[in-house]
Amino acid sequence: MAVRTLTHLQRLEAESIHIMREVVAEAEHPVMLYSIGKDSSVMLRLAQKAFFPSTPPFPLLHVDTTWKFREMYVLREKMAAELGMDLLVHKNPDAIAQGINPFDHGSAVHTDIWKTQGLIQALDHYKFDAAFGGARRDEEKSRAKERIFSFRTAQHRWDPKNQRPELWRLYNARKHEGESIRVFPISNWTELDIWQYIYLENIPIVPLYFAAERPVVDRDGQWIMVDDDRMRSRLGPGETVRTKKVRFRTLGCYPLSAAIESEADTLPKIIQEMLLARTSERQGRLIDFDSSGSMEKKKQEGYF
Amino acid sequence: MATTAPASAPEALIATDIEAYLDAHAAKSFLRFITCGSVDDGKSSLIGRLLYESQMLFEDQLATLEADSKKVGTRGGEIDFALLLDGLQAEREQGITIDVAYRFFSTERRKFIVADTPGHEQYTRNMVTGASTADLAVILIDARKGVLVQTRRHSYLVSLLGIRHIVVAVNKMDLVEYSRETFERIEAEYRAFARNIGLDDIVCIPLSAVVGDNVVERSEHTPWYTGPTLMEHLDTVEVTDEAQAKPFRMPVQWVNRPNLDFRGFSGTVSEGVVRTGDRVRILPSGRESRVARIVTYNGDLEAAVAEQSVTLTLTDEVDVSRGDIIVTAAALPEVADQFEATVVWMSEEPMLRGRNYLMKIGTRTVTATIAPIKHKVNVNTMEHLAANRLDLNEIGMCELELDRPIVFEPYETNRDLGGFVLIDRMTNNTVGAGLLRFALRRSQNVHWQALDINKQAQAALKGQRPAVIWLTGLSGSGKSTIANLLQKRLHSLGRHTYLLDGDNIRHGLNKDLGFTAEARVENIRRIAEVAKLMVDAGLVVITAFISPYRSERRMARDLLEAGEFIEVFVDTPLAVAEARDPKGLYAKARAGEIANFTGIDAPYETPEAAELVIDTTVVSAEEAAEAILVHLRDGGFLAG
Repeated sequence: MAVRTLTHLQRLEAESIHIMREVVAEAEHPVMLYSIGKDSSVMLRLAQKAFFPSTPPFPLLHVDTTWKFREMYVLREKMAAELGMDLLVHKNPDAIAQGINPFDHGSAVHTDIWKTQGLIQALDHYKFDAAFGGARRDEEKSRAKERIFSFRTAQHRWDPKNQRPELWRLYNARKHEGESIRVFPISNWTELDIWQYIYLENIPIVPLYFAAERPVVDRDGQWIMVDDDRMRSRLGPGETVRTKKVRFRTLGCYPLSAAIESEADTLPKIIQEMLLARTSERQGRLIDFDSSGSMEKKKQEGYF
Repeated sequence: MATTAPASAPEALIATDIEAYLDAHAAKSFLRFITCGSVDDGKSSLIGRLLYESQMLFEDQLATLEADSKKVGTRGGEIDFALLLDGLQAEREQGITIDVAYRFFSTERRKFIVADTPGHEQYTRNMVTGASTADLAVILIDARKGVLVQTRRHSYLVSLLGIRHIVVAVNKMDLVEYSRETFERIEAEYRAFARNIGLDDIVCIPLSAVVGDNVVERSEHTPWYTGPTLMEHLDTVEVTDEAQAKPFRMPVQWVNRPNLDFRGFSGTVSEGVVRTGDRVRILPSGRESRVARIVTYNGDLEAAVAEQSVTLTLTDEVDVSRGDIIVTAAALPEVADQFEATVVWMSEEPMLRGRNYLMKIGTRTVTATIAPIKHKVNVNTMEHLAANRLDLNEIGMCELELDRPIVFEPYETNRDLGGFVLIDRMTNNTVGAGLLRFALRRSQNVHWQALDINKQAQAALKGQRPAVIWLTGLSGSGKSTIANLLQKRLHSLGRHTYLLDGDNIRHGLNKDLGFTAEARVENIRRIAEVAKLMVDAGLVVITAFISPYRSERRMARDLLEAGEFIEVFVDTPLAVAEARDPKGLYAKARAGEIANFTGIDAPYETPEAAELVIDTTVVSAEEAAEAILVHLRDGGFLAG
């Protein structure tokens, strides 16, 4: 019998599909968190594969901070329409009322109120009992120890000391009323795997990942893109908008996502640049620098 | 030794021909391994070194590492690779790794996932978790200490989980002056021991994780060593995929029905190969059909192999649902409901004989009752010890009885059909993991007798709706008194009832049982089963037992159909019950004449979701019986 060894990407793909099907079979009301980044894009394609020819049997949820790049909103609408999935958009009404923004309130408050609290509100409102997230174990140290099925109390807290053992490919999805599970189907993928898969599978991603001439300002040594007038009206003294050929390694709220100067305008070039540059991707994301162990703290409080 | 990431061939290829590099990367194979070692064996340093040398560290991670090494490092400001891995803040403070972490690196040939598991005694659970998905194990030995008790324990667990390929990393060779004699002595001792537990594919490597000897690059300090470096071995070891040579098995995860014209069965191929046209059988129903299509998003396949996630359609309209297993009709697995199994206990709450748990195996969840525990294993000496319970991190050989037959294969043959987890019904936590060894012969001869005169027929003849009214509460709370009054009232209403009472049951059916936790579990199990038979006979059953554990009350509830079980908590504070002390038992218990007395030196677990709570400090026994009657009437049990 001819043995056909699966490549590592085929194994990772199969594992992710297996996880998604287990959730759909065992959870009552699952949802997929869709952040429109590259990891979300891969996760969405894996969901299409897991349930093909059915449409993935759950909605997409975008916890919107209103500060995403405009190109991200464009892709969001396009993908939901193409896939025929329900797209739920939640904007924290408290954050709207208080006008929370990254300029006046800083990244910590902005992230907590729009994203962490917004996510909790949305999960409570729709009563989702399982939420897929696109986090990977190679991203950050506290992620490396998180389970694929990561249990949350009714208050959405994560207890890293009290995680369920996870053996073989058996996932325990049982929970009490009010409790929920965050599920990370691409836990075992690395950044390189993600890019490679996008390349092989021709997965649509936000064009901001590719280098292009864009308006940016130099803020504390980082290139911040001027994506709309809200930024333009808040330029500090001495900050001038320049046009630079830049791209983004990670996408979040535009005032909190630093661009890098780059000539990489194709996927192979992006991958090449990433492999040669060796600066890990979360560095462009300003929220991790708040304090040591900050991701772990955020996660305990309910951040994805 | 290397202090900066070495330039290498892939780096050149990335720079000159990224597309060729990507093609090569796409074709990489995959190896999952686990590292096991005791505290201070240098495990974190070794993995940190592998990540560092395979250039999986980014500049900013290196910068953080350098800063952390100066701040909290144990190597006097030198790079402390262990800090890379100690992810959680709590661990950093304690300076130990407390949970399984997964790390990633890749070489030109392979992508690796490392399960990094802590080595202390109390974390057997984490090692078993990490080992469950590994193809290979790296066992660390400190060259200064040699083969220790921990080494034996790690090796035993690795062999238990069925890992065939072992690397013994004799670490800290720099601290024994790279002594060949020391290395060879350790190797000989390890091999002699490993043979006894069935491990034979063993490679021993002398190395120093801190200095970097024989990790990636061959060391000039060990000219006498001619074997591979650790990385060379990991990169080339044949983990032959025997899975594809085995008969086809696929547990069904999900039935895919986008419209009336398509009905597919989605799952991950556990073992073997499936091709279109293959004759398959659906178990446990036993129906046969043929594979019509193997459907994937990227187009239909001619064949699918182990580990692939696919959707099958069949040529016939057969009933298939989640939990069923599709197998080749040419080689069938067994079906049974009683097993001998190895169980690894992972919860602070002990596993008790007679208690039942949910068992998830493949895509099925059934109820498993712990029958006799044959022995537990001292993981340090492999000695077998008598036991009637398993505590956290203990491993035992047990008999399991399931509530229905399942399709299975021994764990050695198929991890998906032989590996299971046990889930506590109350907390929903995963409390144990197990490996099915073999079916007990007697289970294959017992078939459930389908009765023509069923529960509905029995109940209809009596003109009533059967139920169990389960009274629970402390000794002296008034359960028996209330139960008697309730039975009289029901009788006068023309209902057919039976009262199972603590005292009379213990004189007959359960006279062989004492009052230890294990015996109490068995006591309630028997009562619940008797109550179920009586409900099948159409009776309204009243039970009056202390029944102190939530888990057993839950088990009794789950034996019955939804709505048939009515839990009544006869709530009397301990002080009140003790003051009443109708049988003088509390006095004896206080005097130490009775051991394991509920409320005194044995726990009572208060019901969390009883249908009815009766506070006997404010209502009389008559009022209590009346309240239960009202509840029954409201629930429609007294209609007709």
